[in-house]
Amino acid sequence: MSGRRSRSRQSSGTSRISEDQVNDLITRLQQLLPELRDSRRSDKVSAARVLQDTCNYIRNLHREVDDLSERLSELLANTDTAQAALIRSLLSQ
Amino acid sequence: MASLISDNEQPSMTINPNSTAHVRKKKRFSSSSPSSSASISTESHPRWRSEKQHRIYSAKLIQALKQVRLSSSSSVTSSPTTHTRGKAVREAADRALAVSARGRTLWSRAILANRIKLKFRKHKRPRQTVIPAMTTVVTTGTSRNKKRRVSVVRLNKKSIPTVNRKVRVLGRLVPGCKKESVPVILEEATDYIQALEMQVRAMNSLVELLSGSASAPPPI
Repeated sequence: MSGRRSRSRQSSGTSRISEDQVNDLITRLQQLLPELRDSRRSDKVSAARVLQDTCNYIRNLHREVDDLSERLSELLANTDTAQAALIRSLLSQ
Repeated sequence: MASLISDNEQPSMTINPNSTAHVRKKKRFSSSSPSSSASISTESHPRWRSEKQHRIYSAKLIQALKQVRLSSSSSVTSSPTTHTRGKAVREAADRALAVSARGRTLWSRAILANRIKLKFRKHKRPRQTVIPAMTTVVTTGTSRNKKRRVSVVRLNKKSIPTVNRKVRVLGRLVPGCKKESVPVILEEATDYIQALEMQVRAMNSLVELLSGSASAPPPI
């Protein structure tokens, strides 16, 4: 226990936080990731791996949102009737 | 997809004056939100998975996008470049997403705060584009993030253990979390990922809707 505390104190100035709490958060994060969720051998997936995959996943999502934004902007700009058609279709369905 | 508009949290929707206020139940639509994984892993943050949240966000998104469209069509030509229009759409989407979070998370507050601050800064000093936390929303994040990431790694290659370093990188990706502590970043990241997933789903269905209606106008 004292070893754990000293380790966490060494790692960075901010971590008065228990390792368990951090590990718990990382586990929750792991369950969100599509690639790590299915093969969830929780002992064997390291925290660094989870974090790395999280970063990649967020970047992927950002890129997807950017692509979708561009497509949306083209779709919105191309036809002026798009707005009317959109409203009509939303209201009718 | 009438439920796209109606929700019981926002009675004053401009798109929906009279009609579909009746549909308030949380129905399952086969045409709406493609496989929103609302059922499976909703242990920590069920709200980003629910149909209701999806509808709320879609409605807000449509409103915001209409405003974007109006502003860009009133300006001179039909092409400011695709990138500026795409960025405007992205900003509107992010803003709608942040509003849907109802101010409970750090990243949503950061998105909303950054937009306001950035507007002021833009008027004052148009040259100053490199403000770390600010440009997360506006610019395409990748180029700027690469520059930041390289500088940190070069400085602190061995003094920060791996997990902390990666958490720092993660913190830069999530808006507003660059200087937070580790558990805060992790917590924000879990929420942010789910919100982003919902954003992608909503925009996907919106794109499908628009491209479907653009090709074949629906019967009225």
